[in-house]
Amino acid sequence: MNQQGAVAPSSSRNRIVQLEDVRVRFGADTDAFLALDRTSLTVEAGDFVAMVGPSGCGKSTILKLVAGLLRPSEGVVFVAGREIGAERIGIGMAFQNPTMLPWLSIRQNVMLPLKIVEPYSSTYRAHKNTLFRDRVEALLEKVGLGGFGDHRPWQLSGGMLQRANLCRALIHEPKLLMLDEPFGALDQFTREELWSILQDLWIDQRPTVFLVTHDLREAAFLANRILVMSSRPGRVTEDRKVDFARPRTIDTTYEKEFTDLTHGLRSLIVAAKQKEKVKS
Amino acid sequence: MKLSAKVREQISSVTLIASLFAAWEAACLIFNVSPIVLPRPSQIITTLVLQLPALWPHILQTLVTTMIGFGIGMVIGVLLGVMVGVSRAAYNAAYPLLVGFSSIPKVAVVPIFVLWFGSGTVPAILTAMTTCIFPIVVNVATGLATTEPEMEDVLKALGASRWQVLWNVGLPRTMPYFFASLKIAVTLAFVGTVLSETVAANRGIGTVMMMASASFDVPLAFAGLFALALLGILLYVVFALIEQRICGWANRKNEFAMA
Repeated sequence: MNQQGAVAPSSSRNRIVQLEDVRVRFGADTDAFLALDRTSLTVEAGDFVAMVGPSGCGKSTILKLVAGLLRPSEGVVFVAGREIGAERIGIGMAFQNPTMLPWLSIRQNVMLPLKIVEPYSSTYRAHKNTLFRDRVEALLEKVGLGGFGDHRPWQLSGGMLQRANLCRALIHEPKLLMLDEPFGALDQFTREELWSILQDLWIDQRPTVFLVTHDLREAAFLANRILVMSSRPGRVTEDRKVDFARPRTIDTTYEKEFTDLTHGLRSLIVAAKQKEKVKS
Repeated sequence: MKLSAKVREQISSVTLIASLFAAWEAACLIFNVSPIVLPRPSQIITTLVLQLPALWPHILQTLVTTMIGFGIGMVIGVLLGVMVGVSRAAYNAAYPLLVGFSSIPKVAVVPIFVLWFGSGTVPAILTAMTTCIFPIVVNVATGLATTEPEMEDVLKALGASRWQVLWNVGLPRTMPYFFASLKIAVTLAFVGTVLSETVAANRGIGTVMMMASASFDVPLAFAGLFALALLGILLYVVFALIEQRICGWANRKNEFAMA
């Protein structure tokens, strides 16, 4: 297979993520299935990419490949010009389940990445009660959790926990942010509020974001680029640019161009689903 | 209001326990049960108090033996539990062995220990240890194995090592499981010690009870039982208190009430 630590072609250095002919197979010989089929993809640094598609189409698989949690069965994944896994780059990640650790306060939970990721971790002890504490407090303030640092996770509602979850994913200002249906379990109003917050944070820090979602409005509101994926075996069937002006507001989502976009995306996914039914 | 409800609860449980003993006392008196068959609680407690100077070294012996066995068992149990909980291969290999080992009646093991180390304190310590390991291993392994996969992914994406995941997530979340097992393990360790003492030792409560029943001093035998039960409760309470201090977060209701 590929050599460890291979370096991507130099022409593509500003491309932070690059997948080349990647295939992912799960399971052993006989009952193995292809989760992701021959996918090639490049993402520019600072871009916001959303992935939509029917369930089980390999959206989360791409996320896990880029985050280095999964190895491709074939092909190569480059992140920041190096083959993934060659060096640790401290990727921020958030799931639908906020997974706040119940024995820590919200502040301590959000601070966790600073304990692990360089250059913060080497000075963690010295700064945890001063510099880092202020940093966490400022971020909590931005997402509307000012003053909740000392609360315990169970004292917060689902929406508040998800805000804290975003903070934990962004506190170390990662180059890459992986979001796997982060707002899936929230009510519509909370969700829309968090879209705006996430957009503000993205404009502030400009990480490269990968967002997996089932919500087409969410994808269209947040992303610069939407990848539509087909049913298993998953592959990218459509690559849409979204160029509504930033910052977008909830009103944007009621404009004609916006609804046209989400409507178009919807028919693509319905078509993909129908294809699957015919196959099976 | 809240306090009085709590006090009322305590009063009712104390009353229940007291009436249990009162019923025992009354039944023995009414049916004129000989103390050689079943002594009355009052006789047992009198014996316990009167014989305390003579019993004390034995109680101490049993307590120390139990704590040493329990201490060693705890260390081995945690190490095994972490191994089994972290590695799939270790889990598959160790689990059948552990279940098999825990199914062996420890009475059957004592003679082997005596054969190896002679009678006395060492086989008692070893029996206590082997009796109390199993629940610790199982609970520690369960706590580690049930770590949320999302949390692990978050940490791995950050670039955390396995050790960092274990230290920051695995071990803290295992604490409530660990302490729950300690409360059980410490009483089991007592069972192991006394078991070994009744078979092959010349000191300890187990020995006292063997000698007492051999000479038909049934109240003394029962006094030994009482002493054991009291020690068991005492140690259980000690570990329950430590648990509350360390794992208060797991009982959020209490914390809420305090806040």
